[in-house]
Amino acid sequence: MSAASDRREAWRASWAVGLAVSAYGVSFGALAVASGLDVWQACVLSAVMFSGGSQFALIGVLAAGGASAGPAAIAGATLLGLRNGLYAIRVSPIVGPGWAKRLLAGHLTIDESTAVATAQPTLEGQRIGFWATGAIIWIGWNLMTFAGALVGDLLGDVSAYGLDAAAAAAFLGLVWPRLRALQPIAVAVGAAVVAAVAIPALPPGLPVLVAALVAVVVGVPNLLGRPAELPVVHHDEMPAAPDAGESDR
Amino acid sequence: MTVWQVIIVASIAVLAIKLLGYLVPERLLQTPTAARTANLTTVALLSALIVVQTVGAGQGLQLDARLPAVVVAAGLFAIRTPFIVIIIAAALVAAGLRALGWAA
Repeated sequence: MSAASDRREAWRASWAVGLAVSAYGVSFGALAVASGLDVWQACVLSAVMFSGGSQFALIGVLAAGGASAGPAAIAGATLLGLRNGLYAIRVSPIVGPGWAKRLLAGHLTIDESTAVATAQPTLEGQRIGFWATGAIIWIGWNLMTFAGALVGDLLGDVSAYGLDAAAAAAFLGLVWPRLRALQPIAVAVGAAVVAAVAIPALPPGLPVLVAALVAVVVGVPNLLGRPAELPVVHHDEMPAAPDAGESDR
Repeated sequence: MTVWQVIIVASIAVLAIKLLGYLVPERLLQTPTAARTANLTTVALLSALIVVQTVGAGQGLQLDARLPAVVVAAGLFAIRTPFIVIIIAAALVAAGLRALGWAA
């Protein structure tokens, strides 16, 4: 492939993924308001936290437990954000040196920008993929969050519109592309069982954190996994863009 | 804690993890065990959140219109329907069941 067609391909992927993910910001905005946040709190989460899974986790715990579940909500959102730190290590050489550039890149380091960048064959394409995808999603995600929060504010009782079910489906969509091997499927099933057992026993937010231990129990000894000598965070091991990947096909 | 405090602390924590990744020497966290466990942690958390969001009701379990909606969503994910369509479909299923009085 020529350099020009590599660049075109990187831009095409960035727009396809970016627009699809941005549209989904509407549901975050609406669900955030349904969970008891005001419009500005929803917007701050999208602007500063800027990581879909963590944002949904936070509002989910706040919806169930209110502000008193705050520490559990923070812990859940932070744990879900851990993977972004791994992505940062992965895309760091793509971003290159310069602290200001790296600071900005850090903010844009999410599932989708990492997935699009690492899918490109050349360094130039990877740079375009990372920055274009990150920037398009940041702008689109924030605009759509604001729109969704305004709409959610007008709706009132959200269960009549099925928004609670939409939140569950959103989590399902985030985990679905990751369930392509026995090990993650086993962890998903185990965590689901632990969470169901823990819900009546523990305060809101804690069942999710206890269920996360399933990942440690399975992951550290590599139960049901492939041999450990495989490099883990390389291109085809990188989880596909969780939502965009679905609509991109 | 107030909701604003929760939002600000959690936002800074999530952002800080992203930035820390740029300071870490590549070999340190890229051991297979660390990377694998971090990826599985994401799966475990999301899976637990599905359960809480589908059958949780405060500190109890409740089977209502959310469960059939999530089952429909799973079927649509299996046939690779676009994400946003699935979210809307799940909402419509739950809203429809409630409007018809077939589920709480």
